[in-house]
Amino acid sequence: MSKLLAWIDDRFPLTALWKSQVSEYYAPKNFNFWYYFGSLALFVLVLQIVTGIFLTMNYKPDAARAFESVEYIMRDVDWGWLIRYMHSTGASMFFIVVYLHMFRGLLYGSYRKPRELLWVFGCLIYLCLMAEAFFGYLLPWGQMSYWGAQVIVNLFSSIPVIGDDLALWIRGDYTISDITLNRFFAFHVIALPLVLLGLVAAHLIALHEVGSNNPDGVEIKHHKDPATGHPLDGIPFHPYYTIKDLVGVVVFLAVFTIIVCFLPEVGGYFLEANNFIPANPLQTPEHIAPVWYFTPYYAMLRAVPSMMGTQVWGVIVMGVSVLVFFALPWLDRGKVKSIRYRGRLFKAWLAVFVVCFLVLGYLGVVPVTVWGQFPESWPLLGTADRATVVSRVLTVAYFLFFILMPWYTARDKTLPEPQRVTFQ
Amino acid sequence: MKMIAIALAVLLAAVAAPSLASEGPDVHMAPAPIHRLDNESLQRGARTFVNYCLTCHTAKYMRYKRLTDIGLSEQDIRDSLILTDAKIGDTMTVALSAADAKAWFGAAPPDLSVEARVRGVDWLYNYMTAFYRDPKSATGWNNLVFHNVGMPHVLSELQGSNKAVVTEFEDHEKALAAAIGVKGLVELAPAPGDKWIVTTLETDTPGTQSQVQYENTVADLVNYMDYMAEPAKNHRIRLGMYALLFLGILFVFAYALKREYWRDIH
Repeated sequence: MSKLLAWIDDRFPLTALWKSQVSEYYAPKNFNFWYYFGSLALFVLVLQIVTGIFLTMNYKPDAARAFESVEYIMRDVDWGWLIRYMHSTGASMFFIVVYLHMFRGLLYGSYRKPRELLWVFGCLIYLCLMAEAFFGYLLPWGQMSYWGAQVIVNLFSSIPVIGDDLALWIRGDYTISDITLNRFFAFHVIALPLVLLGLVAAHLIALHEVGSNNPDGVEIKHHKDPATGHPLDGIPFHPYYTIKDLVGVVVFLAVFTIIVCFLPEVGGYFLEANNFIPANPLQTPEHIAPVWYFTPYYAMLRAVPSMMGTQVWGVIVMGVSVLVFFALPWLDRGKVKSIRYRGRLFKAWLAVFVVCFLVLGYLGVVPVTVWGQFPESWPLLGTADRATVVSRVLTVAYFLFFILMPWYTARDKTLPEPQRVTFQ
Repeated sequence: MKMIAIALAVLLAAVAAPSLASEGPDVHMAPAPIHRLDNESLQRGARTFVNYCLTCHTAKYMRYKRLTDIGLSEQDIRDSLILTDAKIGDTMTVALSAADAKAWFGAAPPDLSVEARVRGVDWLYNYMTAFYRDPKSATGWNNLVFHNVGMPHVLSELQGSNKAVVTEFEDHEKALAAAIGVKGLVELAPAPGDKWIVTTLETDTPGTQSQVQYENTVADLVNYMDYMAEPAKNHRIRLGMYALLFLGILFVFAYALKREYWRDIH
């Protein structure tokens, strides 16, 4: 065995790679709950690729047969229902895990110098994931698939001058059709997974170059053992974190199993009832809402009124609300990284941001009439939908979290950071 | 942790916020009294389905052979459930063409394979009990759950026929009180002139089944449709129990292993 390994090592740096990336990659020893979601995101990515491959074996990317082929998978393919539910549940779980992973970055300032590029790669992964989810959602060819895609592609037609041609170019047709389905299938199973894998590799390479941040937000590289040269507060990723993450994976799988086996639709949030009706281009559903993971942005899109005869403003707001994450490393001027040593201002603004994101997420799921209208007697707001007004306020607050960040992070009264990480 | 708690509280409040808008009619529906493991109920429902529904509606993703799931042999299926010249491996289709259906009913009857996943079992159960005589409609029938539906009451020989009883109230409060007092299906709707009407159903002509018998027939039918919408449901729930048991044991070992490895980290 060791001979074989030596033979390989003479030709390919297998042992060296294993050591530098895994068994001698030193990670801070004080990772907490929030640090499970990185490895879980990787786990879900593998799950989606594997289940996706098996789905592709029986799915037909054909407008006349797509819906039927999904039902065929659910009924006639051995274990097809399990593969399909794992994939549909995996899509939503991917976003849950990624949102928690990103929130961890906000909590502990993981995007701060020298991890700016690591964060940027992460944001690109998030964008790519959104595109992947959007293209994939058309494939079951149900009513929501069809009309959801119709609405999103139509957003592009609101762009001045080139909009209509751009939307036509994306669809390949004047409406969502078999042609659109075919190209979305190509994007979903080939183009975006390739980009996604490349970005994940870049994300990991950047991580292993700069080293992991930790809940204290202090650099473990500043305190090395003079004898070995390893960080004093670092422990080898393998076996310590591989085994710790294994516990995380088991707990995750338990949650995953509960959803897949007992409530695969999750009350219409993971699988929408309307998507069990085959796509019908002649019948618009009463209420079109995207899947839950897009709804904070969808709520913002709906909240922005059309001005100067165009609705492009909502589209711009929606686009910027996602892209603004890229700017975080340069907006944050805090003297410390971790929330543990931040002052009240940052904590308050982060709380505002979380509330905005969650409530906008809820408002994006429901019709704008959900909370009724303001009474006519109200000045300015009379007869306006309450939910729309709330969405507008929250959209503004969402952006203020970013726009005011250079100011409140610099002004915040911070606590002194410790020299070394805290570990009980 | 505190922040998560606050965020969760806000989210819950947002989700739980009662709908302030009360536009349009509001129908109070009874929950469907069904049990997914009751094979006899499923078999009775299958019989009702092929006899009454599978004449106009299809269930084109459902194979007859799959009915072995609910405790039937292939011979049983051939003998009592295949009423056409279909083979046991075929799916449930009908001879009615979409064009004819559209001409007769105004809309092609939808495929029912996954209808229970679209409407939900409670809706289906109430819908099948909510037909009433309406001379103004083309088929002579209307439905309290699905207004002006194109479908006639195909189970009327069993249920008989109902008529709608409409009571008008001066204000919402009185109407609501009256509606809450009704056992079974009731609709509360606004009427012109700030008035409110409460609609209930009353037997006009009795059918071959009593009301209780008919409700059982519909419950069996809905139970069957729920099974047909996802034949793997019982399997997945059973599998889920075993999978969780396995993961529970795996967790104990994984956690013990982690504790052991991490003992020397201080």
